[in-house]
Amino acid sequence: MWDYTPIVKDHFLNPRNVGDITDADAVGEVGSLACGDALKLYLKLDDNKDKIVDAKFQTFGCASAIASSSALTEMVKGKTLDEALAVSNQDIADFLGGLPEEKMHCSVMGQEALEVAIFKYRGMPIPQHDSEHDHGHAYPEYEGEIVCKCFGITDAFLKKVIETNGLTTAEQVTNFTKAGGACGGCIPKINELIEQVLGESAAQTRQRPEKLSNMKKMQLIQEVLERDIRPLLWADGGDLELIDIDGSKVQVAFRKACAGCASSGNTARMVEAKLRDLVAEDIVVEEVSQ
Amino acid sequence: MKEIYLDNNATTKVDEAVFEEMRPYFCELYGNPSSMHFFGGQVQAKVTEARIRVAELLGASPDEIIFTACGTESDNAAIRSAIEVLPDRKHIITSRVEHPAVLTQCRNLRQKGYRVTEIGVDGAGRLDMEELKAAVDDDTAIVSLMWANNETGVIFPVEEAAAIAKSKGAFFHSDAVQAIGKIPINMAGSSIDMLSLSGHKLHAPKGIGVLYVRRGTPFRPFMVGGHQEKSRRAGTENAAAIIALGKACQLAGEHMDAENTTVKAMRDRLQDALMAVIPHSRINGGGAERLPNTTSIAFEFVEGEAILLLLSEFGICASSGSACTSGSLEPSHVLRAMGVPFTCAHGSIRFSLSRYTTDAEIDAVIRELPPIIARLRQMSPFGREHLKGQA
Repeated sequence: MWDYTPIVKDHFLNPRNVGDITDADAVGEVGSLACGDALKLYLKLDDNKDKIVDAKFQTFGCASAIASSSALTEMVKGKTLDEALAVSNQDIADFLGGLPEEKMHCSVMGQEALEVAIFKYRGMPIPQHDSEHDHGHAYPEYEGEIVCKCFGITDAFLKKVIETNGLTTAEQVTNFTKAGGACGGCIPKINELIEQVLGESAAQTRQRPEKLSNMKKMQLIQEVLERDIRPLLWADGGDLELIDIDGSKVQVAFRKACAGCASSGNTARMVEAKLRDLVAEDIVVEEVSQ
Repeated sequence: MKEIYLDNNATTKVDEAVFEEMRPYFCELYGNPSSMHFFGGQVQAKVTEARIRVAELLGASPDEIIFTACGTESDNAAIRSAIEVLPDRKHIITSRVEHPAVLTQCRNLRQKGYRVTEIGVDGAGRLDMEELKAAVDDDTAIVSLMWANNETGVIFPVEEAAAIAKSKGAFFHSDAVQAIGKIPINMAGSSIDMLSLSGHKLHAPKGIGVLYVRRGTPFRPFMVGGHQEKSRRAGTENAAAIIALGKACQLAGEHMDAENTTVKAMRDRLQDALMAVIPHSRINGGGAERLPNTTSIAFEFVEGEAILLLLSEFGICASSGSACTSGSLEPSHVLRAMGVPFTCAHGSIRFSLSRYTTDAEIDAVIRELPPIIARLRQMSPFGREHLKGQA
């Protein structure tokens, strides 16, 4: 059973501000039935169209999704739109006395709905949401390349969440956004995004050796695969096997969830990038089916 | 708050009589059954009695019963043994809706070069027998199929499946953890080679399981390092739990009729009443033959964890196929294999009854659940949209 705080339980059992506002000034809708959670947020502004005088919500989701929505509506009432935009998902979690890490995506959904509502109200352009991804979360403000195909989440959105919450592992990113939580094919890409955001990769702190004998190179390749790469794949039920090393050519075969995964090409490129960073620049990774 | 426990497919209450049976074997009769003195010997006698009691429930011989630590160990041991006995065969068949104890083991073997076929099910959770027939070949080492599904209670035609496996010389194993004690099982005259059982699903304690291995079936042990269980499962016997399981199996035999009449009637009353008053709900596996104690009901537009926590406020214990309850982000692999739409899978609740379930408890669920679903739908943007104009 989840360890919810008394405040989460209270906001779940007695949610504040459930419902809709028929003459709402701003409406923000995120999530979908397929994803397992969705939130529709209504905001009513004062006559100066600046301050939020009322907020209501409808939520489909688990206890923490309902509690996060309820908390959000309580938090934004009385705030100006600019003040409301400054509310972060961590603020929502803090208001609730904390959320289990696996449930942080619920607070992110709340913050997101708020942003969508205000952006829409201010007439900021909303890109057409790709209908192929209607299984997934719709974060239309965060246009960009779809990273997580299962939940339809873009790189721009992930980078924002990584940055605001100071996330350092793919697992955390999954807990906060769901990205990578289904097939796991995008985990390498999420790791790349983390490295981009943090501005310093593990690779930079670990120096690549200047010159390597063939023997040393083979050893190092094996070491990096064992220490840096396979654990990433295991985390999502995947794996790889080192088949052969011929000079700078490294042959690997993907196993378990990675085998036959549509994204295994990306995974192979991630392996290559890692080996180039940590072993030698001329490494070429080849995927073999063996 | 008094619990209304309708989660018996997760685990069961230890029967008081079972507990009394095992009680002396901790502080008083603590001898090692393998010892050569009277003190161990009297424990050995009770272990033998337990073995006979388990065998009787299964329609098996006592020498076909191997005590293990749990159902998962039994499943692992069966599959491992089969592939060691038939090292030239590199194909394993299971189903998409198996328990992870079988599914994970099979999928891990892919890494060792095994081909793994996961047979699908139809919308009611019934096994695709044509797919099974087409999949079994001379390379198949083992076919492992559950007797009854833990989430939906759907029963597989395991005897028929076993005959198909045997026709190609493959082993047949069944994870019968959910079936034993709920429906009659008779291994005499069956073609099933191996069968797994778990004590805590039938009112024995946790930490005791059985692997049935048909007499004459070649077997390679999973645990080695001792002569216990005729060297088929090394490790000092968990004597108290074995004795408890023996008693539990005896009681399960005695209650079998009640399970299929009284318990089934309560289950039927529960699901009929809920379906009658809650629109947009459906029984997962409703069209298939099912265990008498289990029902899985999908409520559209609401999410399972929220339902469970609100039920919990009334002391009602059930479980869900929802993603949010497990920490995973996808709903149950069983419901997905059945093609249950995401809109329903997230809001699926499983009630599993036992011989301890009372009519008053069923009444409580029938009373408390409909307002919970209505309340969550009222809160859900999809519920409001779809149920517009409905009561």
